Amino acid sequence: MMRFLPHPLLTPILAAVWLLLNNSLAPGHILLGLLLGWAIPWFTLRFWPERVRIHRPMKLLRFVAVVLYDIVVANLVVARRILGRPERLRPAFVSVPLSLETDLAISLLANTICLTPGTVSARLAPDRKCLLVHGLHVPDAEALVAGIKARYEAPLKEVFEAC
Amino acid sequence: MLEVVLSFLILTGAVFTFIGSLGLARLRDFYTRLHGPTKATTLGVGSLLIASALFFGTRGEGVSLHEVLVTLFLFITAPVSAHLLAKAALHLGLRSLAPVPEEPAVPPDGNPEAHPGHKQH
Amino acid sequence: MLNLVLPLAFTLVALAVAMNFWRLIRGPSLPDRILALDTLYVNTIALLVLLGIHLASALYFEAALLIALMGFVGTVALCKYLLRGDIIE
Repeated sequence: MMRFLPHPLLTPILAAVWLLLNNSLAPGHILLGLLLGWAIPWFTLRFWPERVRIHRPMKLLRFVAVVLYDIVVANLVVARRILGRPERLRPAFVSVPLSLETDLAISLLANTICLTPGTVSARLAPDRKCLLVHGLHVPDAEALVAGIKARYEAPLKEVFEAC
Repeated sequence: MLEVVLSFLILTGAVFTFIGSLGLARLRDFYTRLHGPTKATTLGVGSLLIASALFFGTRGEGVSLHEVLVTLFLFITAPVSAHLLAKAALHLGLRSLAPVPEEPAVPPDGNPEAHPGHKQH
Repeated sequence: MLNLVLPLAFTLVALAVAMNFWRLIRGPSLPDRILALDTLYVNTIALLVLLGIHLASALYFEAALLIALMGFVGTVALCKYLLRGDIIE
């Protein structure tokens, strides 16, 4: 099983992408998609050393919903900041201590931070203990860090690194 | 009814796209400029693409889900390019309105595994 | 109603593209120009999608998808050049 299907999650995702790309649900396309979904992870095995494991799928869905909601809010907030007076902005670099360890969880956190209210992740410390974040308007740096940790990091940790 | 929803989505998309680019043109240092395009354009283009999926899906030629793929792709890639641009700017030591923290001792590129989005397609 | 909204949307996105060009020309730094290019390709996708709705033709999605792919690869390559080019020297 492990040898023939190295990434069981990737196969249905790749098949779904193939079906979307062709915009069809014909049996031939489903078969071809599954074949590609099996073959691509198998041939690119060396680029994917770690196995992805989702511990709590419902938590992940909830996390996705929270992030989608935050994206809409982020857009409204950033739009208002852009239209306001630029002199009033107080940008700042804030460094967020990380408790996540796996590559996937850290990259997902960095991506989430980029998509949500007025923050862009800028640099990961070489020892992966700390993520540098640039905020567009930061009146209170500690509240920002606490918000990121509670809202995004905690669910990611539960989903991908549950003990 | 459908036309109202479509018009609303198209207008929202266009307005957000415009505001994102306005931020790019108007704000005063690179790091703040980075925020406008990455955020506003993802939602802007996202809602335009949803409008288009609705438009083609309701014309009687079957469901059209191509657009979902483009939206998904944009949502995955936009933060990655924003992160890389911020990293490049820090590396070049661009002038910033906010105090820039110290460069770490090890070159920031020492660990190629550490880029977000590196392995999630 | 769509006939009214579409020209407005075209105008807004075209203005956005014009502002991107302004930033592309003015700079002042390299990452600024790369960011302008990045935004330019996203806005081009928006224009193409609008054109697809306007002409009621689904053909433009392949183009939009290709622009999204190529634009992302281009941005990443340019950033990598900025990050690495200095180290090699």
